[in-house]
Amino acid sequence: MIEFNNVTKYYKSNVGLDNVTVRINKGDFVFLVGPSGAGKSTFVKLILKEIDADKGTIRVRGEDVTKMTSRQVPLLRRNIGIVFQDFRLLPKKTVYENVAFAMEIIHQPRKAIRRNVPQVLSMMGISEYARKYPDELSAGEQQRVAIARAIVNRPKILIADEPTGNLDPDTAWEIMQLLNTINMRGTTILMVTHAKDIVDRMEKRVIAIENGRIVRDEFGMYGYMQALQNTEMTFDTVEVETRRLFKTRFRRGGQRR
Amino acid sequence: MSLFYTLKQAFIQFFRNLNTGIVSIFAITAMLLILSIFFIATININMAAETIKGDYDSIQVYLTDETTADDAQMMVADIKTVKGVEDARYQTKEEAMAEFKTRWGDNSYLLENLQENPLPNSVIIQIGDLEQADAIAKKAATYAGVEDIKYYKNTVDKLLKVTRFIQISAVVVMIFLIIISIIVVSNTIKLTVFNRADEISIMKYVGATNWFIRGPFLVEGIIIGLISAGISLAIAAAMYHKIIEVIGDQMMSMLSMRIVPEDFLIYNLTWIFLALGVSIGACGSIISMRKFLNA
Repeated sequence: MIEFNNVTKYYKSNVGLDNVTVRINKGDFVFLVGPSGAGKSTFVKLILKEIDADKGTIRVRGEDVTKMTSRQVPLLRRNIGIVFQDFRLLPKKTVYENVAFAMEIIHQPRKAIRRNVPQVLSMMGISEYARKYPDELSAGEQQRVAIARAIVNRPKILIADEPTGNLDPDTAWEIMQLLNTINMRGTTILMVTHAKDIVDRMEKRVIAIENGRIVRDEFGMYGYMQALQNTEMTFDTVEVETRRLFKTRFRRGGQRR
Repeated sequence: MSLFYTLKQAFIQFFRNLNTGIVSIFAITAMLLILSIFFIATININMAAETIKGDYDSIQVYLTDETTADDAQMMVADIKTVKGVEDARYQTKEEAMAEFKTRWGDNSYLLENLQENPLPNSVIIQIGDLEQADAIAKKAATYAGVEDIKYYKNTVDKLLKVTRFIQISAVVVMIFLIIISIIVVSNTIKLTVFNRADEISIMKYVGATNWFIRGPFLVEGIIIGLISAGISLAIAAAMYHKIIEVIGDQMMSMLSMRIVPEDFLIYNLTWIFLALGVSIGACGSIISMRKFLNA
């Protein structure tokens, strides 16, 4: 589904990705973990062709993204749903309109919109909020709307960029259940996250990136603490450490991208 | 559905950002009005130049009152054979007066107080080849009974140079004004684009094409352009109407020169303003979105 072959991306002053080769198969549920600035965002941006790789090839659904023209990019993105930490809903549109919007802008017929949107809203358990505006909803409900929007066009791949970052643990877990359901229906999911407890509980494949390199790629545990032991402490690791030590469950503050 | 969507979005955007929209409409209207002043001046000067050129494409040979019509006719027949002469004809002083009266039109009553006709009999030579004008004038002077020869080659040349200069400077000023207008529109549209940055980024993530995203902004720019064109057309037309009313007659009697007719001017201004309004609006919005869509 997604294939990186010796992909390297440099920024002016630092490395984005350094010779990364990885393969994500159809139907996989993959966590992408790592400290801030490790290259997670670069990884996601390369898949979406928001940025171009300096070296290597990237294949998404068999097509070489690195060779795509800017005209082909919209078509690529129609096969990829995306969910953000901060939801990014349009405040002036209702829940229904926010989801329908995703279908309108790729010229879907009205009939299909009227059929699919209620379906997806019900799947996300937010049917009763259809006429409400995003600011009338809780964070968890807003994220459900965002997921509904991401999957309404039935993408083959769903990228979730810290989807639980702004949610309390219980709500976060509900969102994970939804993502799991979506995955069970055949959608490949790539989730960028810092939430160790979630990763550990889900028991899925975990790819850990650090300084632009893949340092671990295994099933099960978050496990990037071990990888970090050899490196300097960052604010992220301090935070994770603190959490681990005190075993407190607190709402995570807004993670800067 | 897509066209409908684009138009709907454009109008929604336009009304949501009515303030900035109105500011740019003002700015563009001002530009178009200045432009129309240049345009009006230029075409009137052009027309004057044409008239004058027409008048002085000919050599007027004034005859003494003693010269008979027969002599004059002989002269006409002879001069027609000269190289570069297109036509020549004899004009009596009565015919000259009649022509004079038609040219003055409504003001011709002024001529009625004249006791006697002060105009001379004349032979009017139409020059086919302006290069030969000097030679023809010299030749005409050799005939008997010639009192005076009126011929304005130098004046015509100078006039043509001046009009050319005015035309070029008008074009330069107009281009300058158009560029300013485009910048003004692009800044307005930029504000709308910033207001909707989230929406645009979501559209891009979901896979909307650039033209789909651009569409409503493009139409918004065109709406701004068209409204400005309409307003400036109305103002320019009213202005020109007033100008004709106030000085049209004086122009006629003082310079015996006609001003460009109102309907001709308005017809042309309509097309020019519409074309400019649409292209200023479209260019402005495309420029303002260029960076945004590539980012």
